[in-house]
Amino acid sequence: MIGYALTYALGCFGIALACNLWRVLRGPTIADRILALDTMVINMIALIVLYGIRQGGPLNFEAALLFAMTGFVSTVAYAKFLLRGNIIE
Amino acid sequence: MSLALIAALPFLGALLPGLLIRSGRNACALATGTVTALALLMLGLHAPAVLSGEVIHTRIEWMPALGLNANFFLDGLGLLFAGLILGIGLLIILYARFYLSSRDPMGQFYTYLLLFQGAMVGIVLSDNILLLLVFWELTSLSSFLLIGYWKHLPEGRQGARMALAVTGTGGLAMIAGMLILGQIAGSYDLSVILQSREAIQASDWYLPALVLILLGCFTKSAQFPFHFWLPHAMAAPTPVSAYLHSATMVKAGLFLMARMWPVLAGTPEWFYLVATTGLVTMVVAAKIALFKDDLKALLAFSTVSHLGLVTMLLGFGTKAAAIAAIFHIINHATFKAALFMCAGIVDHETHTRDLKRLGGLRRLMPVTFALSTIAALSMAGVPPLNGFLSKEMMLEEVAHTAWAGQVWLMPAFATLGALFSVAYSLRFIAHGFLGPVRKDYPSKPHDPPFGMWAAPAVLVLLLVAIGLAPMPVAGWLVDAAAGATTGGLVHAHISHWHGLTPALWMSVAAIGGGLILLSAHRPLMRAWLATPRPEAKRLFDGVLEPLATAARGVTQGLHDGALSRYFAIATVAVVTAGAAAFLTGSHQGGTRAPTPVDLVPVVGWFLLIAATVALVLRHHDRFLSLVFVGVVGLIVSMGFAYLSAPDLALTQILVEVATVILLLLALNFLPKRTPAETGLARRLRDGAIACAAGLGSGGLIYLLMTRNAAFPSIADYHLANAKTGGGGTNVVNVILVDFRGFDTFGEITVLGIAALVIFALTETVLRAGPANDRLLGWSQRHRQAGDRHPLMFVVATRMVLPIALMVGIYIFLRGHNLPGGGFIAGLVVAVAALMQYMASGFGWTSARKRVEYHALIAVGVLIAAAAGVGSWFAGRPFLTSAYGYVTLPPLEKFELATAMVFDIGVFLTVLGAVMLALASISRIAVRAGERVSATPYDVDLPGDGYGDR
Repeated sequence: MIGYALTYALGCFGIALACNLWRVLRGPTIADRILALDTMVINMIALIVLYGIRQGGPLNFEAALLFAMTGFVSTVAYAKFLLRGNIIE
Repeated sequence: MSLALIAALPFLGALLPGLLIRSGRNACALATGTVTALALLMLGLHAPAVLSGEVIHTRIEWMPALGLNANFFLDGLGLLFAGLILGIGLLIILYARFYLSSRDPMGQFYTYLLLFQGAMVGIVLSDNILLLLVFWELTSLSSFLLIGYWKHLPEGRQGARMALAVTGTGGLAMIAGMLILGQIAGSYDLSVILQSREAIQASDWYLPALVLILLGCFTKSAQFPFHFWLPHAMAAPTPVSAYLHSATMVKAGLFLMARMWPVLAGTPEWFYLVATTGLVTMVVAAKIALFKDDLKALLAFSTVSHLGLVTMLLGFGTKAAAIAAIFHIINHATFKAALFMCAGIVDHETHTRDLKRLGGLRRLMPVTFALSTIAALSMAGVPPLNGFLSKEMMLEEVAHTAWAGQVWLMPAFATLGALFSVAYSLRFIAHGFLGPVRKDYPSKPHDPPFGMWAAPAVLVLLLVAIGLAPMPVAGWLVDAAAGATTGGLVHAHISHWHGLTPALWMSVAAIGGGLILLSAHRPLMRAWLATPRPEAKRLFDGVLEPLATAARGVTQGLHDGALSRYFAIATVAVVTAGAAAFLTGSHQGGTRAPTPVDLVPVVGWFLLIAATVALVLRHHDRFLSLVFVGVVGLIVSMGFAYLSAPDLALTQILVEVATVILLLLALNFLPKRTPAETGLARRLRDGAIACAAGLGSGGLIYLLMTRNAAFPSIADYHLANAKTGGGGTNVVNVILVDFRGFDTFGEITVLGIAALVIFALTETVLRAGPANDRLLGWSQRHRQAGDRHPLMFVVATRMVLPIALMVGIYIFLRGHNLPGGGFIAGLVVAVAALMQYMASGFGWTSARKRVEYHALIAVGVLIAAAAGVGSWFAGRPFLTSAYGYVTLPPLEKFELATAMVFDIGVFLTVLGAVMLALASISRIAVRAGERVSATPYDVDLPGDGYGDR
């Protein structure tokens, strides 16, 4: 049963990634693209966790943890650049 | 050992003058002299054995596989030359102490001099021709430094360049010749080659080898038609001229001809090539010398002429001629070095070397006059001085040598050469010192201090002694050296009177004719000036200029400073090589079945392609391209995770964050758009190249992955030995800190250096200068949001900090067995600290930073080094690791490895390097008028001076 659920979830997140890509490519504003990239990171975390469940090993969860801990830093940096120009002031 | 030490001593001693010049010029000269005297002493200790016929060997294996060994040997010939080099070197050091003015950097001079001396001693003591070639090239290089010592003079620089070009080219020819010789003889050891006369002379390769080696000798010894560089090298300070161009460097060619004499000489080829060149050089250079007004130019051409004389004698290939050649080498070194030093004294005191402006110095500089006169008379070949003795021997040999059946030809030209020699030698005295005292010297002349004329005086004493009592003073040395040259026992008979021989009449004719020439010098000079002559320097430049232009064209065509050009050239080269290999080799498809494809990897692949294409299309908008780069980085990190490379995935995730921050920091001060610089054709071309390379590597990877490796993979070894050898189950980490720990050590050092370079570069930008001015005048273009340090971000990052530190420690500690390690942990902590910089501000964070990042890098590298050195104490090689298991009561049994200490070093270096690089760049913004916040949570308010720039 869990196998079907995983396949379904992976498919959903794969489609979500494709949707994110659409937004990254189309915009229209730069903020849309940054948000889309941030969403992409979150979807990736989900994908890593799902693969981790499928493989049954703990290693993937650490990658997910690192992503979760640091993934937002890039987004903030992009945003801060837009707002202030300098990201470390 | 001690022979190698004699050759090495000047090189080691070359360090001293540069250091001791701080203690004064006397200390510097004394140290240099001591080094040379020590080498001379060591040589002297071997002299008795060598003179009794022994040959001393020292053998050190260097690169035996190449036949290159540091083998030295000392026989009579080596003793003579090494003695000349070191003995005259000692006098030159004394002379230079007084000659160089206080403005000349004396430490440099003596360092160059000792380097040169070491190279020369190396040549004459080498028993291995490859080693000899190394020293030969070293003399070319060190003499370049010496000739160009006065860097501010264009003549000096040009003369040095010309000398290097000519002797360097000759050296290249000689390398080829020597290699051929070594191939024929089957060994590169001189002792072996010298025994293989029959084999070498019978070989088809004898003539090519001979011509190539002679090219090297002739260029070095300034033989016609390569003689032109020597006069131009006279732009050097006089001690250099006296040393290089009388006693040593130009004699290196003669030395080699003498050294090779037993195997190369005695054939008609040798005779016609060597003797003819020598004869032509002797006559032509002597004639030119007569018409030179510059004292040093006169001496330079006379040197060329005398070198020609010795070359000719060596070319005869008879034992008696070889004896005369060796004897003349000794005599020439004494009188020519003395004359050069005297010319230097005249130049030093009167500030001119022009014979037209001199004259009458006899009364003003009596000591110099006496020394110069004796030396010049010896050069002219006036009895009873030593120059007369060797000239008689030369004329005697010439008198019964026929050239192509013509008995008269050689004697006639040799007499002519001797006649010119008498004329220019006497002119040196007559026009320089005799005649009335003048009133228009550029400087009032007087004799120099004792220290300056002491060196030439020693030489003059020596030449008089040899002249008066040749056999007791020099006979033994000539016997030993000539014996070594000819490879047999030799007993020279040097005497003043041989009876009424043809040589005597030729000598008389030369002296008489020389006097007549000198008296008719004025009209002859006018005729000389009126006749057109080839100007060597113009011809030389004419040859070199097109070559330089061609070289510059090639260099600038390939290396024009545009990165796209380099990429294009490199890529096209690789693609062409790959295509050639693919088209000419046989190949077939792989046999492995492809793995099934899931939906998600396909989506990821599509994301990667789409983001890359978008990046290419929109790269003019730099910020937008950074967003696309973010997508690419994300997929790459995911790829590593998906393809079972968790260590790489963890690293890549963190590297992406640091990269984005770094690029955004830089982009703040860069134009936000890339201007279009290329046309459509150029873009299509570059696109085609890129596509070819991409398709090529894609195809290559496909073919590689669909077949089994042709060789067993090294992965198996590491997988099998990681646990037993390195004590860890994470093979990647064990490789990094243990198996290839030395590589990692190098890498973290480079990383630390790179960060320090970034720091140094920004430091330079921030110092007063145009870049700094532009920064000070820099203003933010667009409107800024008021929120400098958003509250939510500050709170979030402070909450994350302890968690991130804990994750870092966790990843570090378990790195040896599971994905992680010092490198990833360093990045985790660095990103956590970076968050604080971004959220709470540069000022707030800097104020809470306890340790300088430079120190982190240094401590990291030191700890890693200490971990490596530690294994020495256990008697193991550098970076051998050890591990053991420890049980602390409340914990389970755990492993401790010395590799962990090393990993701490890696951790600290990575942390320090990343932080130093980013902090350095963010300092630029601080300089650009950015106000550093003292408190967190601050916002820009109109009027408070923060946001209203």
